[in-house]
Amino acid sequence: MSTFYFIAFLSIFFSILVITARNPVHSILYLILTFFTFTIHYILMNAQFLAIVNFIVYMGAILVLFLYTLMLINLNKESEPRKSNLVKIAGFIGGACFLITIVAALKAFKMSDSVVTQNNDLGLVKNLGKILFNEFLLPFEISSVLLLSAMVGAVLLATKDPKAA
Amino acid sequence: MDKYIWLIPVLPLAGFIINGIGRNTLSKGVIGFIGSLMVMVSFAISVGLFFEVKSAGHGFDVKLFDWFAAGSVHVSFAFLVDQLSSIMLLIITGVGFLIHVYSAGYMHDDAGFGKFFAYLNLFIFFMLLLVMGSNYLVMFIGWEGVGLCSYLLIGFWYTNPDYADAAKKAFVMNRIGDLGFILGIFLLIIFFGSTAFADIFPKAANKEFAGVPFTLITILLFVGAVGKSAQLPLFTWLPDAMAGPTPVSALIHAATMVTAGVYMIARSNILFTLAPVTMHIVAVIGLTTAVIAALIALTQTDIKKVLAYSTVSQLGYMFLGLGVGAYTGAFFHVLTHAFFKALLFLGAGSVIHAVSGEQDMRNMGGLKGKLKITFITMLIGTLAISGIPPFAGFFSKDEILAHTFMHSTPMYIIGVVTAMFTAFYMFRMLYLTFYGKFRGTHEQEHHLHESPASMTIPLAVLAVLSIAAGFIGVPEVLGGHHALGQFLAPVFAKSAPLLVAPELSKATEITLMCVSVGAALIAILYAYVKYVKNSHVPVRDGEERPALIDISYHKFYIDELYDAIIRKPLDALSDFFYKVVDRMGIDGIVNGLGKGTMETSKGLRLLQTGNVGFYIFMMVIGIISILMYILTKA
Amino acid sequence: METLTKTIHGIPLNHYIMLCAIIFSIGVIGVLIRRNAIVIFMSVELMLNSVNLLLTAFSVYRGDATGQVFVFFIMALAAAEVAVGLAIIVMIYRNTNSIDINVLNRLKW
Repeated sequence: MSTFYFIAFLSIFFSILVITARNPVHSILYLILTFFTFTIHYILMNAQFLAIVNFIVYMGAILVLFLYTLMLINLNKESEPRKSNLVKIAGFIGGACFLITIVAALKAFKMSDSVVTQNNDLGLVKNLGKILFNEFLLPFEISSVLLLSAMVGAVLLATKDPKAA
Repeated sequence: MDKYIWLIPVLPLAGFIINGIGRNTLSKGVIGFIGSLMVMVSFAISVGLFFEVKSAGHGFDVKLFDWFAAGSVHVSFAFLVDQLSSIMLLIITGVGFLIHVYSAGYMHDDAGFGKFFAYLNLFIFFMLLLVMGSNYLVMFIGWEGVGLCSYLLIGFWYTNPDYADAAKKAFVMNRIGDLGFILGIFLLIIFFGSTAFADIFPKAANKEFAGVPFTLITILLFVGAVGKSAQLPLFTWLPDAMAGPTPVSALIHAATMVTAGVYMIARSNILFTLAPVTMHIVAVIGLTTAVIAALIALTQTDIKKVLAYSTVSQLGYMFLGLGVGAYTGAFFHVLTHAFFKALLFLGAGSVIHAVSGEQDMRNMGGLKGKLKITFITMLIGTLAISGIPPFAGFFSKDEILAHTFMHSTPMYIIGVVTAMFTAFYMFRMLYLTFYGKFRGTHEQEHHLHESPASMTIPLAVLAVLSIAAGFIGVPEVLGGHHALGQFLAPVFAKSAPLLVAPELSKATEITLMCVSVGAALIAILYAYVKYVKNSHVPVRDGEERPALIDISYHKFYIDELYDAIIRKPLDALSDFFYKVVDRMGIDGIVNGLGKGTMETSKGLRLLQTGNVGFYIFMMVIGIISILMYILTKA
Repeated sequence: METLTKTIHGIPLNHYIMLCAIIFSIGVIGVLIRRNAIVIFMSVELMLNSVNLLLTAFSVYRGDATGQVFVFFIMALAAAEVAVGLAIIVMIYRNTNSIDINVLNRLKW
């Protein structure tokens, strides 16, 4: 029981740090920590496949990509001009309102059943693999096209325009 | 022969196409030859057809093709050649042919020679459609087509703005009448479900349909006739139509197109007979037109204007005849009038040709010696229109007047007085033109010459016809047996029993004739004394005239009256609509919408700051609002 | 593993939803208050992940693996998105020498 609340607390804590850290590199590091807490959440729910994927893809690939980009554009110093306090307060209030609205919605639906892992095999690689390659074969293949096109697009965008250069 | 009926209208159409395409490339001789030949062949076929109808004793209804079907109304493109239309065919193609020949001489020096012949042929085509149509819709095509050709030919010399205006006037006034005509056709379709004569007339005669508003239908048809045949109140276009070349005035505005209204009413005689109220209106309007046009003609100085008002007046006679039920008489007058009025117009054209385009009779005079053939033929035409026996006009006019006498004595008296006026102004025209001394310039006098043979031969032919045509309708009291009346009897057979008229005694009939001839002779004598003996010449413009003559000279100020009661208020109304409703109202709304959009966009554009943070903030607010909305709804 | 999974027994679904909502809102606030394009991008990732977590929670709650498959696809999508997005940021930086989103107000008319 308390493990969940402890991890949840860490998640919230690190995510607040992500958005408040002045140095973008610190932000990324906090984000890695946040995602690590998420991985723990997945493990707690016995979603082993997602935990692994989250660990490898998010923490390993995507966030490294972030870091890499930051280094590429040499922005590891604290160069960001701060927004005025008014905008910050307005932003905070906006987000708070959003949270309140969702919580209110939650109260309206009155769902307080506890999460019980009915099937321990649910999040295993074996089980998910079967579903993925049966029911979701077509979306799975299409997602490969998506990744390919994203790759091509990223290369195209990031290359210097030969004419302009 | 009825197999070739379709050739009659198609040949002039072919002439129109050939001449229209080759108007700049073909030589004048070829154009004149083709134009005349087409009409002549049509005439030959018409003659054959006429005798066939005469021997068969019934008409031919030839269906060419189904035109269209809308709901239960089936309209076929069909021609009907019966007694009535076969005579009209003879008039149109016969007189038309003579006028084509005449035009070849008259228009010889005109740059638009080819165009002129193309239009003439097109006119003949539409006129033939009008009289041959076996239903009201085919008739209506011809009806509109002759209106178009009339417009084109009145405005033939369109570089003169006055002539172009005259053409527009004729077109607009015809349009008023056409509206009435087409509304009448719609009513016929509503009540009879057909436009074919063969369907409507028997049903109407048998009174199969109760509650058909014959009065309304016939009044609407009559409105169409009023516009086309230049009756009150739509007659002012015809005098202005004299702006066209003289052969056009002779063909369209004297012999054929303007009699289309009479033809249409004679064709629909059964409908009119069933509507006594309309008959009365027709008679009154015809008589009023005859009187007023005659009064105006008394003082006109333009030779063609005199003839134009005389035409209006004679058309008034025809409508008077129709109105009192003398269908045969009215149609007889159409026939004789076609000859002598075409003759008079062509003669006037010959005079105008001789004096180098002068049309004012005050600048003519003494042409008798120089233009012998023209003078003799015009004298014949004048005697014919004045109703002097044995010329054609006497018989037809007498028949109408006799019927009028049976109908109502006051109308008869007015009719005789009008005949007197007619004799007076026609001889006034003749005396002013041909007697006395020449009053034009030296140059014109030097140029005086008789017209070429192509112009004098048609004059001679028409003069012979003006003498002879009357004999086909000699009344029984004079020993004749009214061949025309017997020939046309089947057409008016259905109306005849409904028009019971008191028989006139022989003595009365002869007295009536003597009265009208005597009146005409007195008028001629008076004109002789005034214009030959005393050499009276109408005063020049700008000089003082006696009040009554002034009113007549200015055509009773009818044009000015229309100007004041119709054009001016319309102008004012249009001005109001233009300035207030359109410019301020509609333009205001349109421009206001545009301006409003512009201003709003200008304001809203400021929201598009390009500040991405602001956009995101707004997006979040939007999402919150949507969620709140869903929540509150749930 | 058995003991680990036992630890979450008895935790109401509501609390998962609450946790995810809080993290999602933190992401929103991050987007709103930061001007650095990369940090904003990271906030977006935060939001994506909070949703992922919630989807997994629902999946486990209902015993239906579809939710987890969905998360898998979202991750693939996120990978593509990040690749393209970061390429765009690199381009922006090349053109403006800044990754401040307020410099991008040239997009306006």
